[in-house]
Amino acid sequence: MFHASPWRSDFPAIAALQHQQQTYLDSAATTQKPHALIDAIGQYYAQGAANVHRAQHLPGSLATRAFEASREKVAQWLNASSAEQIVFTHGATSALNLLAYGLAEQFQPGDELVISAAEHHANLLPWQQLAKRRGLSLRVLPLEASGVVDLQAAAQIIGPRTRVLAVSQLSNVFGAWQPLSPLLALARAQGAITVVDGAQGVVHGRHDVEHMQCDFYVFSSHKLYGPDGVGVLYGRREALQKLAHWQFGGEMVHQADYQSASFHPAPLGHEAGTPPIASVIGLGATLDYLSGLDAKAVAEHEAALHAQLLAGLRARSGVQLLGAPQVALASFVVEGVHNADLAHLLTDQGVAVRAGHHCAMPLMKHLGLSGAIRVSLGLYNDSGDLQRFFDALDKALEILV
Amino acid sequence: MTMSPQAQEALEVFTQAAGWEQRARLLMQWGERLEPLGDEQKVEANRVHGCESVVWLVAERQDEHWHFKAASDARMIRGLLALLLVRVQGLESQALRELDLNAWFEQLGLGRQLSPSRSNGLNAVLKRMSELA
Repeated sequence: MFHASPWRSDFPAIAALQHQQQTYLDSAATTQKPHALIDAIGQYYAQGAANVHRAQHLPGSLATRAFEASREKVAQWLNASSAEQIVFTHGATSALNLLAYGLAEQFQPGDELVISAAEHHANLLPWQQLAKRRGLSLRVLPLEASGVVDLQAAAQIIGPRTRVLAVSQLSNVFGAWQPLSPLLALARAQGAITVVDGAQGVVHGRHDVEHMQCDFYVFSSHKLYGPDGVGVLYGRREALQKLAHWQFGGEMVHQADYQSASFHPAPLGHEAGTPPIASVIGLGATLDYLSGLDAKAVAEHEAALHAQLLAGLRARSGVQLLGAPQVALASFVVEGVHNADLAHLLTDQGVAVRAGHHCAMPLMKHLGLSGAIRVSLGLYNDSGDLQRFFDALDKALEILV
Repeated sequence: MTMSPQAQEALEVFTQAAGWEQRARLLMQWGERLEPLGDEQKVEANRVHGCESVVWLVAERQDEHWHFKAASDARMIRGLLALLLVRVQGLESQALRELDLNAWFEQLGLGRQLSPSRSNGLNAVLKRMSELA
């Protein structure tokens, strides 16, 4: 059955890419952008750029108002109770680094940081390096074959020395939702700080940070059909108070002397320097656009396409899925075929998928794989895209096997 | 710059290839021509990193002339390595340094394999080769 995307024409790049014989199936890496965002950024630059939070002139006040309106929209999108809980960063990676530096003083040598084996580098390396700096120990939660955290093992590992639990909501390799509710409960019971990496999860469905009861939630705008160069850190009020100032400069400072200074609290206190103003305004426009969509229709479309993707992969002999994908993406290898060869031939045929280690080298090593191919979907994809992928896959395998 | 008969042969068949599919099949065939590496040569010192696949490059110099051997666990990169080696085999350092290998792959219709976003390893191999020479 052909599943058309009613939102396809909202994303001009899809037609442009198709014109170049490219089928885009790499939305888990970054997404194409809606007209609404492209227009908003164009308008901001065309009608008068200005810096935020410092000028009294009219362009400055308009820019600041639009910038702060985006903060409100992000708060609403995540169901945070206040916009003051939303810190703009330069991406999910910089949000996680802010946490790994800003929380460092909370820990003593011997304390434990806990992550899962499925983490991509952004939610592994900041914690790994923090552990090295402070003499902490990094514990890694093992996974079940499906790609989700083994809760029994987690209950053993998360203990009285656990100070942080940092896990992704949705794996960028397995496409599996982590059992956040029981996992976060285990960490809360030990008084640990909980960090949820929503880089992939935020794109699929609406997530309520109050309901999730995490201390921190981070995501990148560019994976959520927004501009690049901007990320979001949500923090529970009490949790944000634990976060020390990390990067220093304009905007975040309250009073400054040559020898000393005082700083703003969150959110501004964690936004040193000129922020990515146009991108933040663009993210607001994207959220307006996404809020206007029929969420149920989007979820059904994504589920139908994902089912079609899995069915097609399972129907091909030799194809082995990684884990048990639930949404948005699927990673696979083909028996006897090097993923680099497959990637080469898919690229030759204009199919844009991701090949390699997916920024999760330790996970790939753990799985005993040199890499895998990942197909990931956005709300603009349709069955035609999948058909072109499967035709290209069949052709590639005909050549390689 | 003069080309070996094998390089001329490669140029002939690749420029006549009609489309990506024939080029892919040719690459696989040329990959089979690589002189095999002994296990003692498949060591870390000979590994070229920055590739999606495992790639080894071994360089020896006899009477000022370079002789290279290369291997990979992926077939397409083996083909690319074979096409690289037929162009550089037996060259002296001076000639190797002056050779425009990007132009060579362009001539073969494989210039896209060297684009900066490609992680197939060909760029890393060229870099290693220039460091050796």
